[in-house]
Amino acid sequence: MRRDRVGSVIMLLGALAVLSCKAPAPQEMISGDAAKAVYVAPGQYDEFYAFLSGGFSGQVTVYGLPSGRLLKTIPVFSQFPESGYGYNEETKSMLETTFGSLPWDDTHHTELSQSDGVPDGRWLFINANNTPRVARIDLTRFETDEILQIPNAAGGHASPFTTGNTEYIVSATRFSVPIPNVDVPIAEYTKHFKGTLSFIRADVPGKMDIAFQILMPGYDYDLGHAGKGPSDGWFFFTTYNSEQAFTKLELNASKNDKDYIAAVNWKLAEQCVRDGKAKAFPSRYAHNYFDPDTRQARVEYRTSVQMLAPAACPDMVFLLPTPKSPHGVDVDPTGEYIVGGGKLATVIPVHSVTKLKAAIAARAFDGDIDGIPVLKYNATLAGEVQKPGLGPLHTEFDGKGNAYTTMFISSEVVKWKLGTWEVLDRAPAYYSPGHLMIPGGDSRKPFGKYLLALNKITKDRYLPTGGELAQSAQLFDISGDKMKLLLDFPTQGEPHYAQALPASTIRDKQVKFFSLANNKSPWVTRAESEGGITRKGKAVHVKMIAIRSHFAPDNLEGVEVGDSVYFHVTNVEQDWDILHGFAVLGMTNAELILQPGETRTLLWLPRAPGIFPFYCTDFCSALHQEMQGYIRVSAPGSHVPLTANVSRKAATQIGRLQAVPTAQAPHQHGTGGER
Amino acid sequence: MLTRRARLLMVVAAMLPAAVAFWPLWEVRLLAPQYPEGLGMRIFAYTVTGVKPHDLDNINGLNHYIGMMPIRPDAIPELRYMPWILGALALTALLVAVFNSRRLLGVWIVAFALLGVTGLWDFWRWEYNYGHKLDIENAIIIIPGMTYQPPLIGSRQLLNFTATAWPGVAAFSLGAGFLIAVLVWWTSRARSASSLATRVGADPRHSAQVPV
Repeated sequence: MRRDRVGSVIMLLGALAVLSCKAPAPQEMISGDAAKAVYVAPGQYDEFYAFLSGGFSGQVTVYGLPSGRLLKTIPVFSQFPESGYGYNEETKSMLETTFGSLPWDDTHHTELSQSDGVPDGRWLFINANNTPRVARIDLTRFETDEILQIPNAAGGHASPFTTGNTEYIVSATRFSVPIPNVDVPIAEYTKHFKGTLSFIRADVPGKMDIAFQILMPGYDYDLGHAGKGPSDGWFFFTTYNSEQAFTKLELNASKNDKDYIAAVNWKLAEQCVRDGKAKAFPSRYAHNYFDPDTRQARVEYRTSVQMLAPAACPDMVFLLPTPKSPHGVDVDPTGEYIVGGGKLATVIPVHSVTKLKAAIAARAFDGDIDGIPVLKYNATLAGEVQKPGLGPLHTEFDGKGNAYTTMFISSEVVKWKLGTWEVLDRAPAYYSPGHLMIPGGDSRKPFGKYLLALNKITKDRYLPTGGELAQSAQLFDISGDKMKLLLDFPTQGEPHYAQALPASTIRDKQVKFFSLANNKSPWVTRAESEGGITRKGKAVHVKMIAIRSHFAPDNLEGVEVGDSVYFHVTNVEQDWDILHGFAVLGMTNAELILQPGETRTLLWLPRAPGIFPFYCTDFCSALHQEMQGYIRVSAPGSHVPLTANVSRKAATQIGRLQAVPTAQAPHQHGTGGER
Repeated sequence: MLTRRARLLMVVAAMLPAAVAFWPLWEVRLLAPQYPEGLGMRIFAYTVTGVKPHDLDNINGLNHYIGMMPIRPDAIPELRYMPWILGALALTALLVAVFNSRRLLGVWIVAFALLGVTGLWDFWRWEYNYGHKLDIENAIIIIPGMTYQPPLIGSRQLLNFTATAWPGVAAFSLGAGFLIAVLVWWTSRARSASSLATRVGADPRHSAQVPV
């Protein structure tokens, strides 16, 4: 009996030990019909185009929603060997800057052009964060057409947010630096370092330029959004590091209870520039434009910007105290509320533009910084969302009076009500969401059906792939009272921010192929008979066509070691989705991918005598494997005659070419149309 | 006076504290959304380690946001003398068996209980200090009124982390040793009482009624 008692005590202890080891498991809010909600049957189309920033990939990725299927990578700020972007002679100028040709950058925010405050599907803009630039992507071709470098700036983070009619896109400096940038001791930060807010004219393709820059105190400028409705004419930028720390910012830039949202009256700024209150500020910067007619990029360097000091244009800028190291600044669809995402704040502060205007009229200031009035916090505050979660970053809206904010630290999306500031719902995100995106959710007219959380960490969400894991996007259905998790998919690069619009806006405007007759490339070869090889000193130019399933000419001789061989290849197909590729043995750059009707140029530097094959890299036809040719390379001074073979078929093709009218009827999807 | 069996049990009780050499006294686990695999600490009598390699470094790395002192085993003096104290307890338990002394057993039980309570209080005090004495000057996340004391037993939400703590195998082992000693004391009480009764000439039937 005694033994039993001892035994039962020990048993009990053991049971306690087992029970106490059981850890709580994370809860998933996935409901039964989720699969049906995201299933887009083979051959069917998605409802939305979603344009995700590639983050450190430097590109844009296009996904269909709700399926999460990757449709395309659009190369922008990084070389893209898959299509030859940034390698071939036509596009390599797109990456030119005053620092030289840059093979990589870090893209953060996609922004659709808007008309009347609503995404209109003309263009997509995206910023380069490392070497500040903004790019325009044409949404009929999904190609990068224009890149503008931002001078007097470092870290183009608060970019490229647009005004309601795409009058301007903006770029503000994440890092303050001396302006102009000169050699000073870092410890003299407060004396020399400044920030700039750039307003970029963006409404005419090919004419992107810096309209003016506003010289700001030396803080870090983080994000921005334009006003709309009652706040139209204003632009809001978050600042942090109002401490002006230049070392260990993690700590030293987190001291102040409040930093600021800078409210910029851009219509007044425009007026001041017109009135000559800005100063011409010598600044060298590159403007790269890919001419859609010649399909050639060119670089031009500009030499000056209009620099506007707040003191020269009173009432242009005001500072709204906002807790604490605010990150996102988001304006609700009505334009009344300006939501700050204080990443270290314990509340979500919301400013009111009505109160802002009243406070300015009443001059309810708390002093000024470098001549910029600081408003009283309570004078502009509409309300605070209490206990929203940990690490609020970004907010978007559903157009039904609700706001959705990402919580980085507590890893969730929180839904709350505008006006009452009450939290309505929470949904876990896997894990640590940065931005979120509701199609049109930053515009005047959100399509409040889906919400995409853009997660920085995935850990155990997918099959592990070594030490480096994918980032992810998570789709929620927000049509009901409660957010419903539908889908979770890994992404290319880091999906930093995204924009989306109904597919119908741009689906029928897509260019299917380019008109060969309208091909304005100086190196176009419209028919086999026009192909050939010519020499100009050490430069050898090969004009060649690609058509199923051959190149012509396909035997080239007379090239010598030390020459620079330019292969100008034209895809003479005039049919949808018949692409060709081109690569030569030993080339030091990347393949050409040729859309129907376009000409691209590959530079090849022969290094040794011999015979080198070239071939088609884009599987084009049943006899794709036969689509190949040879180039013979001879030793310098060999004087092998320069020859390129032309087939007997060539003569008949001249007739075919002349039969093509020069003014083409459009051939686009749906409505039909081609360039 | 102890029975042969009781003395044997005391030898077992003396051996149980040896568990501290192999198993932790206490376990702490931290779970957060972005740490689905969890982070954890094992508190041994002589050191503190992470459950996974680098867990302790990672915990200290996270704690720097809130200004918590880093947890460094070599800065905790208790971890140096706790093995000696436990060794002494084990030795004393052996002496109880060897000298067959119920009085020494009583002293041992009282000493063990006092040391146990003191140890738990001391552990709680360390947790309190880690959780309350924050380096606000060097903290990045400062939430007014928020403290970060992990629980002694059970769970508590500390920002995005759920901290859960429970006694480790060694603590259960020590507890078992203590309980064995208390049982030995309890069961030997009757025997002592009966032997005392015999000596003073009381009715032996009375002692026979005591269940053993």
